Amino acid sequence: MIVFDKPKALADVPLHYCPGCTHGIVHRLVAEAIDELGIEGRTVGIAPVGCSVMAYDYFNCDMIEASHGRAPAVATGVKRALPDNIVFTYQGDGDLASIGMAETIHSAARNENITIIFINNAIYGMTGGQMAPTSLPGQITQTSPYGRDVTLCGWPIRICELLSELDGPEYLERVAVNSVKNVLSAKKAITKAFRNQVEGKGFSLVEVLSSCPTNWGLTPAKALEWVGEKMIPYYPLGVYKDRTAAKEGEAK
Amino acid sequence: MAVLTFRTDLCKGCGLCVDACPKGVIRLAADKINNKGHHPAEAAKPEACIGCAFCAVMCPDCIIKVER
Repeated sequence: MIVFDKPKALADVPLHYCPGCTHGIVHRLVAEAIDELGIEGRTVGIAPVGCSVMAYDYFNCDMIEASHGRAPAVATGVKRALPDNIVFTYQGDGDLASIGMAETIHSAARNENITIIFINNAIYGMTGGQMAPTSLPGQITQTSPYGRDVTLCGWPIRICELLSELDGPEYLERVAVNSVKNVLSAKKAITKAFRNQVEGKGFSLVEVLSSCPTNWGLTPAKALEWVGEKMIPYYPLGVYKDRTAAKEGEAK
Repeated sequence: MAVLTFRTDLCKGCGLCVDACPKGVIRLAADKINNKGHHPAEAAKPEACIGCAFCAVMCPDCIIKVER
């Protein structure tokens, strides 16, 4: 009996990510969700700009490459033109929380029926480890060699908390992929975000706390420890909005 | 008994599977180098494997197949 094998929706090609980069884990979780819901033939993914720019090579569904930060806008167009298709975006923190903040907030406010997978690794990965909007206070990066100074650079943005203030979004959850237990709960959250779209519920965003061993200057194992010790206290895990669950709660 | 199959040529030697294994089954092969230039993961104690698939869950490159 096969207990675990590569999901069908994930293309059989080597990933270009650095050793120990958790993008690979999240790619697999997305592919598993697509397989479980049986929606591969009618799924359209939107790839971002950033490390995961080549995500279009890694999924067996149709993929479109959006310009930097504009994935939710492209997803809006695809979903409105092809409402029966399942549309997801896969974006990093530089893409979604910095240059694409306007698209993110407005697609959430409009409650577009799309699924967003948001990878938060607190740094710009592809461009070489610059400070991102999500870098932690005091975090050393290429552009903050003495640590992020919040009086100069401002405070990190917590996307789930920010969007949860809007009336629009259906489902917002923050998960992490730093341990087996957290990966399994991340899988549940990602599958739920896709199922919400299949059921026509609306805007679902899953924020995944990920690691960047290369630009953090840590080994893959130490990077996962760093996620647990530094990132999770600043970005608490949990469900930030779930309108269906809230309605069911009221009904009870 | 559980059987682990590694697609050794795709392994990047990150070692996350080694840390995830509760039974210490997996190690990075110090005496082997794959075509990517990494020491690939291998089952050092295959008889101890319980087929929990924790290694495969943590593998970023999806190279581990677990059968039981």
